[in-house]
Amino acid sequence: MSTQPLLQVREITKLYAANKGCADVSFDLYPGEVLGIVGESGSGKSTLLSCLSARLAPDSGSIHYHNRAGESLDLYSLSESRQRQLQRTEWGIVHQHARDGLRMGVSGGANIGERLMATGERHYGNLRGTAEQWMSDVELDIDRIDDKPTTYSGGMQQRLQIARNLVTHPRLVFMDEPTGGLDVSVQARLLDLLRRLVTELNLAVVIVTHDLAVARLLAQRLIVMRRGEVVETGLTDQVLDDPQHAYTQLLVSSVLTP
Amino acid sequence: MQTMIEVEGLTKVFTLHNQGGIQLPVFSGIDFRARQRECTVLFGESGSGKSTLLRLLYANYLPTSGSIRVRHRGEMVELTGAPSQTLLDIRRETIGYVSQFLRVIPRVSTLDVVAQPLRERGVDQDRAHQRAGELLERLHIPERLWSLPPGTFSGGEQQRVNIARGFIVDYPILLLDEPTASLDQRNASVVVELIREARQRGSAIVGIFHDADVREAVADHIFEIDPTQKSESRAAS
Repeated sequence: MSTQPLLQVREITKLYAANKGCADVSFDLYPGEVLGIVGESGSGKSTLLSCLSARLAPDSGSIHYHNRAGESLDLYSLSESRQRQLQRTEWGIVHQHARDGLRMGVSGGANIGERLMATGERHYGNLRGTAEQWMSDVELDIDRIDDKPTTYSGGMQQRLQIARNLVTHPRLVFMDEPTGGLDVSVQARLLDLLRRLVTELNLAVVIVTHDLAVARLLAQRLIVMRRGEVVETGLTDQVLDDPQHAYTQLLVSSVLTP
Repeated sequence: MQTMIEVEGLTKVFTLHNQGGIQLPVFSGIDFRARQRECTVLFGESGSGKSTLLRLLYANYLPTSGSIRVRHRGEMVELTGAPSQTLLDIRRETIGYVSQFLRVIPRVSTLDVVAQPLRERGVDQDRAHQRAGELLERLHIPERLWSLPPGTFSGGEQQRVNIARGFIVDYPILLLDEPTASLDQRNASVVVELIREARQRGSAIVGIFHDADVREAVADHIFEIDPTQKSESRAAS
């Protein structure tokens, strides 16, 4: 068991209005752990994710990240350039809409290579070789390496976004509804891919989803949010099989099972 | 024999907040103990809470009150209120659980489904696959099916995959929820053998078996859950 948490979140609050945003959220995330944040639209999940990934300063509270070098960093006392450096090197951020996380004007291969270049790799052959490797890892046709993502389908774009994020071997990945808006068959393939990569690379992941099936498949632990507040936390199967809070019971009982 | 599970004053009540807060009491004040190298069979009418008790022991359900302690890495650890990291470690190392139904993951092969608990403990893929293959063979799952996801298998086949997955790790504590429910005689007797082997290795086994023959073949103790009265434990005859 790892003793040192990767992320220590204490009483994070970011409110746009009463019950709009997130309030008083605390948790620890350990290496290799997948934490799901579930709740309906407007419950503050994405606001929380933005705070956690240094993209939105909270009104109050603190977030400490334990970096590769073994230092404990107070996220919001870091300079913006240090924050961006973390986002590019030690973290990955997978957006719900792949377009927000990709550069649509350059080729698929360049999208993957760009992150590597940001960490200092300059050799063209290495960049291309790594890009090819990652394309096949996320089950993209290598022949499409020189095509722009605008010519990719939604599922392919999402897989490219994942490759772009993982190429620098991040330790922590933030995902916002990574399977939202995809066809069910494409979703299953993407979920399987994510599950495999998370295990193989021992990634820590914070994943926001409103889909409880996705949460059950990927997350070991859940945080349930409603109107900006955490109403329940626990092991994923416990929260879903024996929900304690009225809202979680409503969420679980509202799911259609085919 | 060393105590592996110690339950005191365990009460479970389901509260359905969206149905006017109706309360469904399952049982109350259960005291229960399971020891190393013994198989305890839970007994009681349908609805008496046998599966609920097993799920509580696995931390899949939360107790309403009472204490559940399990021997984990040499020490008795209280499940209620334990941090998630501890519970996950207990599931990885100490407690195995075979549910009635296999939760199928799309696109994952049968061999990988079975090997997964070993892989999570850091065993390399070749060894984990080899061990998975041995168990599948014993449980009469033909090799041509191993590379397929078990989603399309029959109920009995899925259950055998589930059993292989549960027995692939030598867990100190093994919880079995009707593992033989949809199996034929031949496969049910393989499960009986597996249970006896696990017990021989020192596991504490707690199970629900509707089949009287299987129950008689494996039970050292019968624990009778009576929701209206005090539950009690007695030696198997």
